[in-house]
Amino acid sequence: MVPEKQSQNFRQRWLPHPLLTLTLVVVWMLLLNSFTLGGFLLGTVLGVLIPIATSHFWPGRPLLRAYGKMMAFLGIALWDVLVANVMVARLILFRRPESLATRWVAMPLELRSPEAITLLAGTISLTPGTVSSDLSADGRTLLVHCLDAPDAEVAVRDMKSRYEARLMEIFP
Amino acid sequence: MAMWLEFLISLLIVVSGIFILVGSLGLLKLPTLMTRLHAPTKATTLGVGGALLASVAFFLGGERTLSVHELLVTGFLFLTAPVTAHFIAKTYLHLYPEERKTLPVLPEPQQGWSTYVASRSPRADEQQDSPHE
Repeated sequence: MVPEKQSQNFRQRWLPHPLLTLTLVVVWMLLLNSFTLGGFLLGTVLGVLIPIATSHFWPGRPLLRAYGKMMAFLGIALWDVLVANVMVARLILFRRPESLATRWVAMPLELRSPEAITLLAGTISLTPGTVSSDLSADGRTLLVHCLDAPDAEVAVRDMKSRYEARLMEIFP
Repeated sequence: MAMWLEFLISLLIVVSGIFILVGSLGLLKLPTLMTRLHAPTKATTLGVGGALLASVAFFLGGERTLSVHELLVTGFLFLTAPVTAHFIAKTYLHLYPEERKTLPVLPEPQQGWSTYVASRSPRADEQQDSPHE
């Protein structure tokens, strides 16, 4: 990484992660809970300094495309969280624990970028009833624990078509 | 505060309370660590989410101020809850090695689950052929 330093242009040197900068400024403003010019300036300074200070830990830049699809994905994930909440609540209240078809399922991944896999695993964990527990050593399979999955193949197919297919379009 | 708004806020608080209660009940009722792990993910999403929505509605309608801290709380919860669940699951796999036999077997060229196999990161091989510009 060191010999490349000279060839870095201005933007790469001072704004290595523009999206991170934007996120930091927005989070800072939300933390303040009110808009003041001084707060905004301090947020901008932090938003520029923190990505520069941490850029060595994060050399690659995750490419994002299709922000609209990203929003659609978030909407679908939120809706699924709602539906799954109700379903798991019913499982807890009305089913005997012994009758639950609890199992591990292995989900083959087509996604390759670590950021995309992280997002997928996080979404699966947030949806009640499934917790992503481990990744295979080569990063090509995700281990998911299902609270109630009578059919492992169906569970995997649902997760793949609902989340992974959409993430494939967002992350190149 | 308008009557309907009070009803809405009460409804949100009651719903979130019910879900947190069911989540806690799940912790009591479910038999194993891995099944119990499913209960808190539920409480943090709908339970806390409902309470936070109620808080936003209260400040917006009652105090006439827009409070956005709730958005941050939601964001941080959604970021940290899966990470914690993942840590607990991995710890469980380390603590109970006999569980390894019940895990799905990976197809042949793959070496196994990363909890049991020390290996380089999946990115290591990609990094070399695409140095960042």
